[in-house]
Amino acid sequence: MSAVTARNLWKEYDSDVVLENIDLHVPAGEFVTIVGASGCGKSTFLRMLLGEESPTRGELLLDDAPMPAEPGPDRGVVFQKYSVFPHLTALKNVMVADELAGARLTGRLFGSARRQARERAMDMLQAVGLDHAADKYPSELSGGMQQRLAIAQALMKDPKVLLLDEPFGALDPGIRKDMHALILDLWQRRGLTVFLVTHDLQEGFTLGSRLLVFDKVRHDPQAPGAYGANITYDIPLQRQNPALYDEVRERVAAAEQETLKESTR
Amino acid sequence: MKRIINQTPNRPTGLALGLLPFVLVLLVYMVASAARLAENPNDPLLPSLSAMAESFQRLATEPSRRTGDLVLWVDTAASLTRLGLGVLISMAMGLMVGILTGLIPYVRRAFSPFVAVLSMIPPLAMLPILFIAFGVGELAKVMLIIFGIAPFIMRDVQQRVEELPTEQLVKAQTLGASTWQIMLRVVLPQVFPRLLDATRLALGSAWLFLIASEAIAATEGLGYRIFLVRRYLDMETILPYVAWITLLAFTADILLRLITRYCFPWYGGGRSR
Ligand SMILES: Nc1ncnc2c1ncn2[C@@H]1O[C@H](COP(=O)(O)OP(=O)(O)O)[C@@H](O)[C@H]1O
Ligand SMILES: [Mg+2]
Repeated sequence: MSAVTARNLWKEYDSDVVLENIDLHVPAGEFVTIVGASGCGKSTFLRMLLGEESPTRGELLLDDAPMPAEPGPDRGVVFQKYSVFPHLTALKNVMVADELAGARLTGRLFGSARRQARERAMDMLQAVGLDHAADKYPSELSGGMQQRLAIAQALMKDPKVLLLDEPFGALDPGIRKDMHALILDLWQRRGLTVFLVTHDLQEGFTLGSRLLVFDKVRHDPQAPGAYGANITYDIPLQRQNPALYDEVRERVAAAEQETLKESTR
Repeated sequence: MKRIINQTPNRPTGLALGLLPFVLVLLVYMVASAARLAENPNDPLLPSLSAMAESFQRLATEPSRRTGDLVLWVDTAASLTRLGLGVLISMAMGLMVGILTGLIPYVRRAFSPFVAVLSMIPPLAMLPILFIAFGVGELAKVMLIIFGIAPFIMRDVQQRVEELPTEQLVKAQTLGASTWQIMLRVVLPQVFPRLLDATRLALGSAWLFLIASEAIAATEGLGYRIFLVRRYLDMETILPYVAWITLLAFTADILLRLITRYCFPWYGGGRSR
């Protein structure tokens, strides 16, 4: 469990400002959902938390220390796709974390160490309801099962922070409900700090303990890249508020329209 | 009546259709050969199938009068050794260079343009240089194959590595993998079937370079034999040899496909090629 802090955080690509002046403190154990129009910088923000991208300006802290400049085992991740290794069976996808830690040179375990890793991986597969599919390759799994596998794999390192970028975006609504139950259960039992980007506002509002809305506050019609997105709503979700939900939905829809206009111009 | 793009033959029909061109070519050959031989029984150009079969059997089972060798097998062993060495070394180099240039930005910057230029050099133009540098022995022939196909394999492997989704590399890092471990457990196994694909595609060129170098300087080998007996218009040897080389090439292709299928069951790509 870890806290995340951003101070005056900016991200620019060349002259395009993606995020501007983000200030945020997320205490350990919070489940943050992030919504916003597509292209507004949600994934970019997550990539900065991962260490895949570095801030252009400002500070990003993990437990008061600067965010490491490359991905590491303290921050787990689940992407919308390509999260699991296609050449490994479900079991081996989950086992690989222990194998990498146990054998720096070969990345493979043998004998009793292997049995132990196998058992731990089986337990994790069971926790996400995939024990029956242990020997299947990812291409033989449904979309929902693949994402379960990706979550199981990410949790093997006991990350302090779990980052999910539209993890359920490609799933059917029914399966999505199951996945919500799974992720909430894992969050509560393991005391993770979670950041989940979603396209589904309903999901954003119901899933976590705090909702962030990313949006541009300023627009320059001549130069769409001149201004970046900021956090326009920061809503604690214990007190749910239908009026607020409608307001945010309208704003996000308007922002989508704006993006569409800008990109067609 | 359905559009022709929506009509597919059933299995037996498909098989028959596949065989049809072979049968046609064979028939045309037999008719032409019979016509020529009817005019002149000693015509060397289009020998009859039975004459070729006899000649092939002689080459495969009767020791040569001059050297006492079974010519076909000596030639086949010599050629396959050169080809195998050249292809294996090219694969090893392609795998190593391709993975390093594909995965590590510093190595890519340093070597990628070099490999690109290297692959532009027409290998056959290098042949005289190779003969001068390495002599007319085995080494030059193997080097020509390496020159001919290693750059292609390197570039193909590099491209496959670059095509791996970034998500996977990031994921591996969040699981604590070092660069070495990423190469070993993420990149290598995923690139290996693609290496086999690339090798399959390069095999045709490898044969080309092998036969070219054998034609110019060798004392045995499939290519050497064809070009040797060409002087006597010995079609009875040349045609069966060409068929034999084709069979060997075809077998190598099938073997690589089978290895890919059985060793990498998760791999679906490249099957149609
Ligand atoms: N590597 C990059 N180079 C240049 N621009 C980028 C890069 N990555 C993202 N962007 C731009 O940053 C903006 C935000 O992208 P992204 O974070 O993926 O949006 P979201 O996830 O909210 O849909 C987009 O306009 C995108 O074009
Ligand atoms: Mg995104």
